[in-house]
Amino acid sequence: MSVLTLTIDEHPVSAKPDETLLDIAHQNDIDIPTLCHLDGLIDVGACRLCLVEIEGSPKLMPACTTRPQEGMVVRTNTDRLKKYRKMIIELLASEGNHQCAVCVVNNHCELQNLAYAVGLVYVRFPYLYPKKTLDATQESYIIDRDRCVLCTRCVRVCSEVEGAHVWDVAGRGISCEIVADMNQMWGDSDACTSCGKCVMVCPTGALIKKGANVAEMEKETDFLKYIVTARQKQEWVGEYLKEH
Amino acid sequence: MQKVDSKPRVATVWLGGCSGCHMSFLDMDERLLELADRIRLVYSPLADVKEFPRDVDVTFVEGAVSNEENEHMAHIVRRNSRYVVSLGDCAVTGNVTALRNKHSNVEIIHRSYVELADKTPSLPIQFNTVAQLLPQARPLHEYVNVDAFLHGCPPTADQIWFAVNELLEGRVPVFSTIYLRYG
Ligand code: SF4
Ligand code: SF4
Ligand code: SF4
Ligand code: FES
Repeated sequence: MSVLTLTIDEHPVSAKPDETLLDIAHQNDIDIPTLCHLDGLIDVGACRLCLVEIEGSPKLMPACTTRPQEGMVVRTNTDRLKKYRKMIIELLASEGNHQCAVCVVNNHCELQNLAYAVGLVYVRFPYLYPKKTLDATQESYIIDRDRCVLCTRCVRVCSEVEGAHVWDVAGRGISCEIVADMNQMWGDSDACTSCGKCVMVCPTGALIKKGANVAEMEKETDFLKYIVTARQKQEWVGEYLKEH
Repeated sequence: MQKVDSKPRVATVWLGGCSGCHMSFLDMDERLLELADRIRLVYSPLADVKEFPRDVDVTFVEGAVSNEENEHMAHIVRRNSRYVVSLGDCAVTGNVTALRNKHSNVEIIHRSYVELADKTPSLPIQFNTVAQLLPQARPLHEYVNVDAFLHGCPPTADQIWFAVNELLEGRVPVFSTIYLRYG
């Protein structure tokens, strides 16, 4: 495969055409904040936190879905990008109902960590306090839509990895929300296998285990890497199938 | 009010919060003795002063703006203080006080006084001397300009100590590096 050369934050780097700018940045220890991206899931460019500047283009591009080109000049941490990243976190905070002090994932939350990373001292936009719902009908888990940032990681892991496709996105604007099946209660979903993958990949306290107390729950996403790698290497496929 | 000495005049105010932030203030323990030498506490729920004084150097405000009296107080505080500091997550984001915001006032009063009552469930009698709830509990900075924000539910005694010292030195404390921590 051909190798491309490009510049990220003044560093010359090399890349393969099928990698993303985010992959390349990570390989070169350049940190770009992300929220909807998760290694092992197909990137959708939903959260826009990973936006980067590309010389010659007036548009900002999400690093997680943009491929490299020969000679590309990329900047990942300009004042303009920092301003927008902070604004995204402020909007996420004002569009949900976040009370960290009583949240199951307090101190283990990707949204909190991003808030600290962008220096979110206070939110300049008026809080919307939207009327979101909570569904505790599933036997082992709860979805608390107050804490949802609509990253769609749950949608993708359930569809791409578990193969159950329980979750979908319904509604628009402030009414946009994650729904089970055709907008059923989660407990009524025949498709859900109770595998818990959506709960583990959820970056916030929106998907949680029943019985977990304030600040008790830590998410663990390493399992995804093992499943995806094993699948690529066809580790579960019998010898006969591999040969034929 | 005439100044009796040249010590910085500090106030603390309790709006829609659980008083946990004030408890954290007391958690400064023996450092309070040092503080007592260096400041004059001119108004606080910890002191018996009826009216918020003029000419305050620093006011720490706990809690969200939740009822009409809170709103009235927020404006008095702003008018009479050089620095206004949001003390704790309820003042900064609404936090736990804002949990009620999804429900109407009628719903929450019914929930509190009837559904959750152990004995004699009944709606409170309406006195016009008791402050009315605002439709929502909202952060202090949505009502008045705030100079500094102390995060945490509650902020730690160390955090408050740091803020007090910075302010006494005439600096607006910057917390984003060490003390930025919600929850
Ligand atoms: S999901 Fe994260 S940001 Fe939201 S309340 Fe929970 S800990 Fe706080
Ligand atoms: S528990 Fe598993 S099957 Fe059920 S919704 Fe979550 S990822 Fe899908
Ligand atoms: S429930 Fe969690 S994983 Fe799903 S979209 Fe919301 S924040 Fe993302
Ligand atoms: S991580 Fe790239 S858009 Fe969300």
